[in-house]
Amino acid sequence: MPSRGAKGDMLTRVLSGDPPGDRSLTVLLLVVAAGLLLAPFILPGVRTLNVAANICVFVVLVASYDLLLGYTGIVSFAHTMFFGLGGYGVAIALTKLGPGWGAVLLGAAAALIASVVLALLIGLFSLRVKAIFFAMITLAVASAFAILASQLSWLTGGEDGLTYQVPRLLQRGFRPFGEEGIGAVITGRTIAYYVVFFAAAALFLFLLRVVNSPFGRVLLSIRENAFRAEALGYRTVIYRTVANCIAAAVATLAGALLALWLGYNGPDTTLSFNIMIDVLLMVVIGGMGTLYGAVLGATVLIVAQNYLQDLMRTLSTAAAGVPLLANLVQPDRWLLWLGILFILSVYFFPFGIVGRLRMRRRHLSP
Amino acid sequence: MTTQTAHAPASENGNGRAALPRRDPWPLLLAPVLALAALPLIADPQTWATLTIAGLAMGMMIFLMASGLTLVFGLMDVLNFGHGAFISVGAFMATVVLGKLAVWSGAPEIVPNIAALLAAIAVAALVAGLLGWLFERVIIAPVYGQHLKQILVTMGGLIVAEQLLRVFFGPDQIPLARPAAFKGAFIIGAVAIEKYRIVAVVLGLIVFAAMQAVLRGSRLGLLIRAGVENREMVESLGYRIRRIFVLVFAAGSALAGLGGAMWGLYQETVTAGMGMEMMVSIFIVIIIGGLGSVGGCFLAALLVGLTANYAGFLAPKLALGCNILLMALILLWRPQGLYAVARREG
Repeated sequence: MPSRGAKGDMLTRVLSGDPPGDRSLTVLLLVVAAGLLLAPFILPGVRTLNVAANICVFVVLVASYDLLLGYTGIVSFAHTMFFGLGGYGVAIALTKLGPGWGAVLLGAAAALIASVVLALLIGLFSLRVKAIFFAMITLAVASAFAILASQLSWLTGGEDGLTYQVPRLLQRGFRPFGEEGIGAVITGRTIAYYVVFFAAAALFLFLLRVVNSPFGRVLLSIRENAFRAEALGYRTVIYRTVANCIAAAVATLAGALLALWLGYNGPDTTLSFNIMIDVLLMVVIGGMGTLYGAVLGATVLIVAQNYLQDLMRTLSTAAAGVPLLANLVQPDRWLLWLGILFILSVYFFPFGIVGRLRMRRRHLSP
Repeated sequence: MTTQTAHAPASENGNGRAALPRRDPWPLLLAPVLALAALPLIADPQTWATLTIAGLAMGMMIFLMASGLTLVFGLMDVLNFGHGAFISVGAFMATVVLGKLAVWSGAPEIVPNIAALLAAIAVAALVAGLLGWLFERVIIAPVYGQHLKQILVTMGGLIVAEQLLRVFFGPDQIPLARPAAFKGAFIIGAVAIEKYRIVAVVLGLIVFAAMQAVLRGSRLGLLIRAGVENREMVESLGYRIRRIFVLVFAAGSALAGLGGAMWGLYQETVTAGMGMEMMVSIFIVIIIGGLGSVGGCFLAALLVGLTANYAGFLAPKLALGCNILLMALILLWRPQGLYAVARREG
């Protein structure tokens, strides 16, 4: 790298020496980051702010999943289980102990410990046999957990989930600057949004640090050739298990953030298999093996989800007379189109949006 | 791939015993032991008998659905997460056929009833088999040898198939009535045995026997078994394993369709998501049985069916958890499953 100014050095250090690496990619990421940072001021609607907060949470969730799928090359279907653990940890603590920061911390910490222990057990148990076992076993454990969560209704609220009060600082009615605010009305929701945003940013930078550390290099080598990594003296089981634990811990925190943001947690928001599918789509479409892909994948998918369904609703009313077509574009069938997109992107864009952009640069300057 | 050949630990795979299930009787004892162990817990022998029959019937149906998947994996290292789609397709085909044959199915005599049932499962198997062939060509063929992409792509295939079922058949669950002769139960002493469960057990045994006959008695079966153990060697002897594989894939899908039709009749309702729900049990079964082993798959399916029914009675909330516990225990005993297939790759 050519010498940079002190400012560039600092930025490189924040990004752990792994800048996006392509101009249009950088611009895209900056647009997303700036949009999210300024969301409460430029997009003041309730729905858009909710979309922005969801993007923040899912960026973290998807990035942590990418640590497994893209960097270590293991497929887990239990990632939403950890996400759900975080959500339920905070939700249960706030429901039982009332709104307070102590409850939030207690809930998040308990969920974190439970997640790491569970991830450790699953990892030690199934990662030593065969990577393919891991996919199946995580699927089984995750669905057992989902059923358990919906059946222990005295604790988790069952299918209805839990609705609770978040700490007063984050409530809708809280007005630190009175009714006028500064530029826009600052409510507890704005503060909650920034809690989510900065926590998400910190977690993302932490993951960037992890994948660019010597530990992350070993993970990459395991992905490329596990046998060779083992021959070089790295205990691949240990590395895979630790990666699994880190990913689980970060997913748990993402779940805790979502629970803190929504003031509600239920199977459909954090635990259902549909979320797992969404996460898979985001990782693959954004780009496996690059954390920046998580940012773009989550943004594109969540925006698409929120607005694709609107589009489909319009199409569906337009096609109301045609029997099969109307069913095909019915808003509930959006997963069909995303599924097709998913298969096509695995075949034709295996490195996703980010991979495409980076590859283009490599072709231009050999 | 080839660099990993030497890596497989000889102590686990190379002792010959693993490849020959008949010389290794211990796993055969598991199902009877489990059944006997459950007896004192359940206390009431009549309930126990009912649960045991139900467990065996469920196990047979799970075996039908899982057997194709385990062979497909054994033969080509393809783990098909989309397998569940064929289960749902089979069940939906059964609703279509039994809907068309409502006269036969509702008739008071047993002969048209059996004809309707056979027609339903035959159509289910045929359609699922054809779809399986198509699925292999379109979805799986481009990603041979790439595990990660296979998992992702077949999962995508499952999502698309499930959504398409909803497009064609509507999003709601569809009731599926059994033919008249298979409704109700036999009462033997104080034990009530649902007639359909007997049908499921008999049909499962017939298919298992037929599979064993093909696998052990025919040249094709010999090639399939050889291919599971060492694909490269079979190829180097001049056989096109690729063609055998397509055949096995289609047959496995057909069995899944058959199992799905049976399962739909067992549940008496059909949903697009039922295949996905079954996949969890199926994965547990093929892991317990040892990936690629049909005999192991059969035993594991019985174990899982029995455990699910006993646990469903004793601790309903923990039913699926008990199967995972069962899997954990068996993997602690035999990390490669009940009957490990000697494999090239670790």
